[in-house]
Amino acid sequence: MLDPSNRPPTFAVSVPAAAAAPAAPAPVAFDIRNFCLWYGASQALREVSIQIPSTRVTAIIGPSGCGKSTFLRALNRMHELTPGVRIAGDLRLYGEDLYSPSIDATLVRRRVGMVFQKSNPFPTMSIAENVLCGLRLNGVRDQQLLRDRLEQSLRMAALWDEVKDHLYRPGTSLSGGQQQRLCIARAIAVRPEVLLLDEPCSALDPIATAKVEELIHELKKEYTIVIVTHNMQQAARVSDRTAFFYMGQLVEYAETRTIFMNPANPQTEAYVSGRFG
Amino acid sequence: MKRFFDTELENFRSHLLQMGERAMEQVRLAMRALGESDIALADKVIAADDELDQLEILIDDEAIRYMTLRGPVASDLRLIVVGMKASHDLERVGDEATGIARRSRKLAIEPRLELYADLPRMATIALEMLRDALDCFVQEDEQRALSVIRRDAEVDNLNRILYRRLTSFMIEKPETISRALELMFISKSIERIADHATNIAEEMIYLAKGKDVRHSDEIKQEGKNG
Amino acid sequence: MATPTQLGIPPAGHAWRQAKSRLMVALMLLSSLVVMAPLFLVLYFLIREGAGAIDWNFFTQLPKPTGESGGGMANALVGSLTLLAMAAVIGVPLGVLGGIYLAEFGSDGMNRWIRFAADVLNGIPSIVWGMVVYLLLVVPFKTFSAYAGGAALGIMMIPLVMRTTEEMLLLVPQGYREAALALGIARWKIILVIVVRAAMKGIITGVLVALARVAGETAPLLFTALGNSFWNHNLAEPIAAVPLQIFTYAISPYDDWHRQAWAGALVLLGMILLLNVSVRFISRDRSAR
Repeated sequence: MLDPSNRPPTFAVSVPAAAAAPAAPAPVAFDIRNFCLWYGASQALREVSIQIPSTRVTAIIGPSGCGKSTFLRALNRMHELTPGVRIAGDLRLYGEDLYSPSIDATLVRRRVGMVFQKSNPFPTMSIAENVLCGLRLNGVRDQQLLRDRLEQSLRMAALWDEVKDHLYRPGTSLSGGQQQRLCIARAIAVRPEVLLLDEPCSALDPIATAKVEELIHELKKEYTIVIVTHNMQQAARVSDRTAFFYMGQLVEYAETRTIFMNPANPQTEAYVSGRFG
Repeated sequence: MKRFFDTELENFRSHLLQMGERAMEQVRLAMRALGESDIALADKVIAADDELDQLEILIDDEAIRYMTLRGPVASDLRLIVVGMKASHDLERVGDEATGIARRSRKLAIEPRLELYADLPRMATIALEMLRDALDCFVQEDEQRALSVIRRDAEVDNLNRILYRRLTSFMIEKPETISRALELMFISKSIERIADHATNIAEEMIYLAKGKDVRHSDEIKQEGKNG
Repeated sequence: MATPTQLGIPPAGHAWRQAKSRLMVALMLLSSLVVMAPLFLVLYFLIREGAGAIDWNFFTQLPKPTGESGGGMANALVGSLTLLAMAAVIGVPLGVLGGIYLAEFGSDGMNRWIRFAADVLNGIPSIVWGMVVYLLLVVPFKTFSAYAGGAALGIMMIPLVMRTTEEMLLLVPQGYREAALALGIARWKIILVIVVRAAMKGIITGVLVALARVAGETAPLLFTALGNSFWNHNLAEPIAAVPLQIFTYAISPYDDWHRQAWAGALVLLGMILLLNVSVRFISRDRSAR
């Protein structure tokens, strides 16, 4: 129960404006049209067209195997690790075609960072080395910049106070929730434009999950965030827009409150109310 | 741990409290319009009912949104549910106040009946009941809420007494029938306001303790005897 | 609780089953002892026969001319170490790089053939290697040399190091590669700085195991390094090695040389033991949690 603090009842004379005015529409970060992806002969994504707004959180939900992780990885060209993957269609970030042959995939990944389901701090590195790894291995040598970036990133990940006195302990000496926040700090240290989160809380306990959600809420002021989650309550809590995928297709994409309160598509309704399948 | 959506719950509570204050204000002003035969004041009360209706819509909308998107449990959930019900009760209180104001307008242009005297006392008790019920919202005082529930019997009693007096009055002086009838309706309105205050008090007990005390005879019996 | 009859097991014979169980355990214990017996026998004989000949002279003096007593294996010890160093120079880089290729690059089909080739090469008798290197490095230069010996041992190391490196790299979870990739780091940097570093303990272990294996090889050295009774001053000339010296002494008719052969064998065993202990030490579980 909220602390029934000494808040006196307000004596406002007029009725407050009904529901906060909707935020000004955000610019489009990802503009995706008719995007398809094949693993060998089997098609994993079918004609996906979606516009993902900047500085907002977009959640991707759907049953197992619906293509949500596949879609997320397509956003930063992670599929290049897997042989036999073929794509078609248009995928643009702020107008630039990310799959154009003239663009280096490594550069794409510096702009679009990713945090994974299982936290994976590099085992041979300390906390500080982990956070700065992306910068150092991309040639940054300026010690002052590195120190500042280290502190900034750990602060943004709400981890600074917990680790500032032992930055040189191994990254793996932290708890699960802390490791995941370390991975987030590592990802944002390179200052990407977009942050992709692939089920970041599924291996965490509720308190660690709550901390990560608070973090996401803070981060979205500066980053475009796309989060894949199989936890619908989480999608409802943190996201501004939600996309529902099924069998490789984008079934419905709308404001989160619409998806959960009044979805247009009966499949969406069945899924969010737990009656799918 | 503070969550980023806690402000939504705080806003919800403050809107409820706001609605409570407005509803009580409406009743007070309506009774003053009645006592002072102030038509202008009555008109203001009638016009202001719209704000209460809008508040009810806002509160319901916030409640549904919070339930859908935040998945509350335990006391948060009870708060949302109680809030939705209480806002309905308060909106009805507003409607009753509007009804009193309307009837005051009609009575204002006619000579007074001596029986006005009892109504302010009933209204005062009803308003005290509302105040106590709404305060429980902030202070979670089960005893206070229970005292509200018990006082309802007193208001019912006063209402019955007034009915009898008005009835005999109407028989004695038939020319006062239309005015007496208006007074009877006003008395009924105040009695209903007390009922709504009782409902809110019951809801506050549910909010504080998770105990549903509606339709429980023993509490009302205690009131009748006490 | 279900009784034995309910489960379909005959009720009588419970004592017999226990006896059977104890018999099996005893049998297995016996097998383990049988397996360990040769190790103890070897240690026993080596120590009994060779410990007496180990003294300061053994480690510092050159072999005395035929027939004279005394002398040592100083040149053989240094020679063995030299050959091992040269073998490492050839075997480690080529083996590790090959392992990296197998683990991180290449197509499935091609890699299967490479692994098959490596496994076959691992099984080739070491004397065959000696003959190959003889043809390649001894005949054209018309001389036995340390280079040839080192090369023979080094080439033997390559497939072994390659396979163990590959195995260790494959053990590194894919998650680290993905995380590094997602930071926009170039592929080769990911492999060198993150993956190889993570597998470093395992790779070093593999290298040490391979070194331990070739340290004791005699056959390939027979026609490459040849052996030398004196210090080697030029790597393009023959060089002594402990296994070679043991061979020479063992087939001789002199008791003194026999004793020194035993001592050499004991020292060789000690070297290999040392390498194995290092392996254990490096790969010990250091997790404090």
